[in-house]
Amino acid sequence: MLKDITIGQYFPGNSPVHRMDPRVKLVLTMAFIVMLFMSSSFYGLLVGILYTLTAFAVSGIPFKMMYKSLKPIVPIIIFTALLNLLFVRTGDVLWQFKFIKITEQGVHTAVFMVVRIVCLIIGTSLLTYTASPIELTDAIERLLSPLKKIRVPVHELAMMMTIALRFIPTLIEETDKIMSAQKARGADMESGSVIQRAKALIPILIPLFVSSFRRAEELALAMECRCYHGGEGRTRMKQMKTGSVDYAAIAVTAAFIGAVILINIFVKG
Amino acid sequence: MAVIRTENLSYVYGEGTPFRKVAVDDVSIEIDEGELVGVIGHTGSGKSTLIQHFNGLLKPSSGKLFIDGEELWADKSRLRPIRFKVGLVFQYPEYQLFEETCYKDIAFGPKNMGLSDADIDRRVKETARLVGLSPEILDKSPFELSGGQKRRVAIAGVMAMEPKALILDEPTSGLDPKGREQILGLIREYHQEKKNTVMLVSHSMEDVAKHCSKILVMNSAKVFCYDTPVNVFHRSRELEEMGLSVPQITRVFNRLKAMGYDFGEDVYTVDFGRKLLLRELSGGKKMSE
Repeated sequence: MLKDITIGQYFPGNSPVHRMDPRVKLVLTMAFIVMLFMSSSFYGLLVGILYTLTAFAVSGIPFKMMYKSLKPIVPIIIFTALLNLLFVRTGDVLWQFKFIKITEQGVHTAVFMVVRIVCLIIGTSLLTYTASPIELTDAIERLLSPLKKIRVPVHELAMMMTIALRFIPTLIEETDKIMSAQKARGADMESGSVIQRAKALIPILIPLFVSSFRRAEELALAMECRCYHGGEGRTRMKQMKTGSVDYAAIAVTAAFIGAVILINIFVKG
Repeated sequence: MAVIRTENLSYVYGEGTPFRKVAVDDVSIEIDEGELVGVIGHTGSGKSTLIQHFNGLLKPSSGKLFIDGEELWADKSRLRPIRFKVGLVFQYPEYQLFEETCYKDIAFGPKNMGLSDADIDRRVKETARLVGLSPEILDKSPFELSGGQKRRVAIAGVMAMEPKALILDEPTSGLDPKGREQILGLIREYHQEKKNTVMLVSHSMEDVAKHCSKILVMNSAKVFCYDTPVNVFHRSRELEEMGLSVPQITRVFNRLKAMGYDFGEDVYTVDFGRKLLLRELSGGKKMSE
């Protein structure tokens, strides 16, 4: 079923991570990524892993969701690992077979890259698990608002994104409905050649386009009726506030980053 | 024989996520041939989910479903042919129209069944007549028509497949009273002419009471009862407790009963109520004060 696709994959909850200001969450996620790529030793990586696990544990998101977010990128992980394994040719040779040469350095980078990517994906998906897409676009708008000074239409872009996000589930539902309706009339979308299958999409796409245009028009009208005229002077129903949770999170993250820097300086690995 | 039979059918949405919801819970019913069944229940009571099973669009999470005596999910290759036995008209069916002309749109279903052109032509013309579309409309684009006409084209598109059972999900929603009467009228005519099974999902007790021979009441994913209108409206108190309204006329007669005028029979259509009243009034002073 199309409905099973989770877009934004928001996981409702009331953990400290959920309650954080989405702006802070976004910035900390970026800091986390920097931290991951900064650490040059195994101990540094360990700190990164620890941070990821702690954040996940605090958020109360089931750990199996971690696996779920990793599943789509397994091929990329394997590909990266193989690439590093085979093409890093410096360091002591561990194993050689004809032109294939696996070096210690290669294993080292491969493990590093894999751990980094895994942590990166888990950490960033935690962001999308605990902040709804709308919260995120709001946060992006607020964070980018200084760019308004140089005439970047930040609000308009954010609004476009919000609307697009808002209508993804609606469109999915609509597609689902139209698909069911055409299937009920005997439309066969699963069998036949590529051309036949492409043709079978016409009965779905045409009604979908028609209703999207209708919906866009209705939305524009509704927005105009409420005197929408862009971001100028607009206030918000949900004000973003940074609270004690945010300061705590910032402190913890700073401590972890500090630890990574210290490890980088003192431990050579 | 039962056209549609379910055995402990259940359906769960979003299994394994926090959004898990039992939409249909242990439903076992038998719908006989030639019946005109009204399906009522609240929004979210599982009526739409249930009827989507009858057409094989949803696969039951557990339980069995038999269409015309054949188990629906036993053999996947038989799914399509069985599916043609049950025609399903969705809510707001006019949004599924896509062809250049109404004729082609009505012909879409029969064409998918692999019928001959002559047969398709006969079916399109016959159903167009049945739903009251004039021949010149058939050559028009469905997007030029009025809302009520569009809906009739969409319903005709399913009727043209000549299913053994026709299921309509709120065919009158969003129409004005005149449009409602027209649609309900044509469904009734179709039922009388074809003697097929028809299921009608509706919010309106009045409509269901007036047209249907059996009523299926759904309440929080379960079947509350499946019975004749008399027996269903006999439980009007329970229906009202569930937040479902009984027909206005039933309320009037219930009130009269409470005031001491017991007619001894359940009234659920205006016609019957009037007959009863007239009989009582002309028959003299039998009323118990």
